[in-house]
Amino acid sequence: MAFNIYDFTTLTKSIHEGLSSQFSPTATLAIEWTIVGLAYLLFVALFGLFLVYAERKVCAAFQQRMGPMRVGPWGLLQTIADFIKLLMKELIMPKNADKFLYNLAPFIVIIVTFMVISVIPFAPGLATFDFDIGVFFVTAVSSVGVIGILLAGWSSNNKYSLIGAMRSGAQIVSYELSVGLSLITMIILAGTMQISGIVEGQRDMWFIFKGHVPAVIAFFVFVIAGTAETNRGPFDLAEAESELTAGFHTEYSGIKFAFFFLAEYINLFIVAAMATTVFLGGWMPLHFGDFDSFNQIMDLMPGLFWFFFKVLGVMFLMMWFKWTFPRLRVDQILNLEWKYLLPINLFNILLMAAVVLFGLHF
Amino acid sequence: MTNEALIAAIDKIGAEAETRQGAQYVETFVPFAKMHGFMKHLKEDDNLAFDYLICVSGVDHADHMQMVYHLESTKHNHMMVVKVKTDGRETPAVDSVTDLWPTAEFHEREAFDLLGIHFNNHPDLRRMFLDDNWGYPLRKDYKDDIHIVSR
Amino acid sequence: MDELREIMITTDEIKTDEYLINMGPQHPSTHGVLRLLVQLEGEIVHNVQPHVGYIHSGIEKMAESLSYPQIGHLTDRMDYLSAHQNNEAVALCVENALQVEVPERVKYIRTIMSELSRLASHQLWWCVMGMDMGALTTFFYGLRDREDILDIFEETCGARLTVNYSIPGGLMFDIHPNFQRDVKAFIKKFKTKLPEYDRLLSGNVIFTERTKGVGFLSKEDAIAYGVTGPTGRASGFSCDLRKHRPYSAYDKVNFKEILSDVGDTYARYQVRMAEMWESMSIIEQLIDNIPEGDYAVKMKGVVKLPEGEFYQRVETARGEFGVFIVSDGKKNPYRVKFRSPGFSNLFAINHIAKGWKIADLVAIMSTFDLVIPDIDR
Repeated sequence: MAFNIYDFTTLTKSIHEGLSSQFSPTATLAIEWTIVGLAYLLFVALFGLFLVYAERKVCAAFQQRMGPMRVGPWGLLQTIADFIKLLMKELIMPKNADKFLYNLAPFIVIIVTFMVISVIPFAPGLATFDFDIGVFFVTAVSSVGVIGILLAGWSSNNKYSLIGAMRSGAQIVSYELSVGLSLITMIILAGTMQISGIVEGQRDMWFIFKGHVPAVIAFFVFVIAGTAETNRGPFDLAEAESELTAGFHTEYSGIKFAFFFLAEYINLFIVAAMATTVFLGGWMPLHFGDFDSFNQIMDLMPGLFWFFFKVLGVMFLMMWFKWTFPRLRVDQILNLEWKYLLPINLFNILLMAAVVLFGLHF
Repeated sequence: MTNEALIAAIDKIGAEAETRQGAQYVETFVPFAKMHGFMKHLKEDDNLAFDYLICVSGVDHADHMQMVYHLESTKHNHMMVVKVKTDGRETPAVDSVTDLWPTAEFHEREAFDLLGIHFNNHPDLRRMFLDDNWGYPLRKDYKDDIHIVSR
Repeated sequence: MDELREIMITTDEIKTDEYLINMGPQHPSTHGVLRLLVQLEGEIVHNVQPHVGYIHSGIEKMAESLSYPQIGHLTDRMDYLSAHQNNEAVALCVENALQVEVPERVKYIRTIMSELSRLASHQLWWCVMGMDMGALTTFFYGLRDREDILDIFEETCGARLTVNYSIPGGLMFDIHPNFQRDVKAFIKKFKTKLPEYDRLLSGNVIFTERTKGVGFLSKEDAIAYGVTGPTGRASGFSCDLRKHRPYSAYDKVNFKEILSDVGDTYARYQVRMAEMWESMSIIEQLIDNIPEGDYAVKMKGVVKLPEGEFYQRVETARGEFGVFIVSDGKKNPYRVKFRSPGFSNLFAINHIAKGWKIADLVAIMSTFDLVIPDIDR
């Protein structure tokens, strides 16, 4: 069983062949699904914990303090301790809450994040699904998460939660447009919606360089809209601590709260991963046309490293937003989308179409 | 305006007000029946123009309650104190000046809460800090055996 | 719900689309145990009724059984961010009543301490303002610089918050030998730090969009509602007692009364930021000129005020603070009333916030810079 950190195709193929030789095709599929499911579960849990820790350290750096330092070396075990605390907390439900919807809501939110994460290519050969409509799937499914937030707000029987949920609904429905349109801009350049195809198209140069002006505009629009879609600051109106205490998850405690919490961080990862895949070349190393020696040096670093390097870079940018900017007001957030981002986006699509039509890209 | 001129100007209003130079400010005593008209004059007269009500305090004297209004004119930068004695201290009542100075609404509510002074024509007279069944703690005869240790 | 309706006293009935929300007594943006009963239609505020009294501590009643020097100690606990100015008000009131002239040294030190505590208070206000707007980083920037002032307080009088430094007749102790050096070092440092505040928040486009043109208070309304301090001055109400009725050493320094005629949330923000510069300039003018002399005059063991009524006004960080003492000639006051700036300021909230959104209500609230024990007393 060959193991290659540059290309996981051989690894996955050999696992598949090994299983196929032992079991019937149905059983093979079942076992593979189980392995993949467990791998994602493990990844989400561990990466979620890491992200919480990273966010706290980044936030601490912006605020001129140390962040968690007591539990474990450099506070590394702090998030694990917090997670244990969350697991052991009592689950409290408001007396007049809609029991079924109240319990359903966190699961909808977390399931949606799992669904989206399944199409993201981490490295060559490390992606579960590779539809021919991959980008479309991401935009379609990620907006289902808002149903979970709306249900949480509605069923909690709390006015703060309801206001938060309604804000979140208005916000995500609006920003879904910008996310979709900025991705469409890049699809024009890529010529395919298949995620593996998009990544493959960036072998010689990342799309953000290839598409130059319209691609850079689309990237900024995507990062802004993506930040809004994850309900993070400065667009965290749905939880707006100083206004709505905790917004839609005011009434949730223990593991159900942890689901919302985890989903928020995984959504952050998803937005950063999509930005990486579509704009920054996914797991592709940094390549520039004919500089062969430079390209070869870049090739030395494995795809997995490149992917996480870029994802963490984009996530750092989004954390930077959160810890620097004040929060927007609900009408301003809609103004920003409908009056600025959407027209810019529509114009940008035309620009990109012109660039592709006349072959003005690199 | 000097204090003498101020006293003269206030004297012109009439309303059975007695004005004198106090230790710090010009002080006026007004009977409670005439107080609202008098206060209205103080605010609307161009020479006096007391447009800023600084403070409203209630004081429990042995046989009556007293309301003390500290007023300032932002136009002429002079200050005065208006004092109104109530009739007895069991059910004291004076006119509200909320219609003249909106801030009085809340200072009067506080006086009602802590001293039990009623304000006629007050738009929203209810307890501010305490429960409806509580006594009036700033009255001198208020007794609370649990919370107040008297020596 | 029915219970809430009973409490809510409004002249007009609650309409079908409206609903009530209790902001507080436990809420992240009320800065203490204040309860705002907010009548909303969607996000729009139709009516705000402040409910106070959750931490009423009966200081006025307590003061009736205490001697005059003891009352000063209670005033620390009212507006704990302007503790020194409150102390000073009581001390000045008693001194005026007894016609005691305190040494020049005392006046200078009191003025410097007042301005230091104004700076500390405005710094904390700035942190919390940013936090209410969702910019959490401001909180740590402000607290970082406030530490320096609290260290100076600690060195001077042993306490960081409830300083308890001014007493009738002068000061509790003389200043620490390092006082002048520390204050000068602090001013030098803070002059480089204050522009950082502007870079982080004042110029931010989201912040200006959210504060400019929001929550207007006209000059007439500010006077009518008795809204004083930076909040009133942002509406053009010239109410700085340091200028109009100077006490302590304020008549010996040059400073501007910061006025704005806009009256919106951003103006209130700007006025406080400018006041920090003015406070530093006042301290700089005084710190090198503290005259030699006693730090207190000898008072009698038992302070008895002559019969009469005495009123003293001082300018705290939040506005006009007044002490009204009715004396019957005994060692205890007959009646004490504190006119606290927060009390009058708070009740203008309904007038200002009507018609704006919840997020604006939070922003307006934080520009009022409320301290709840100051309101409840």
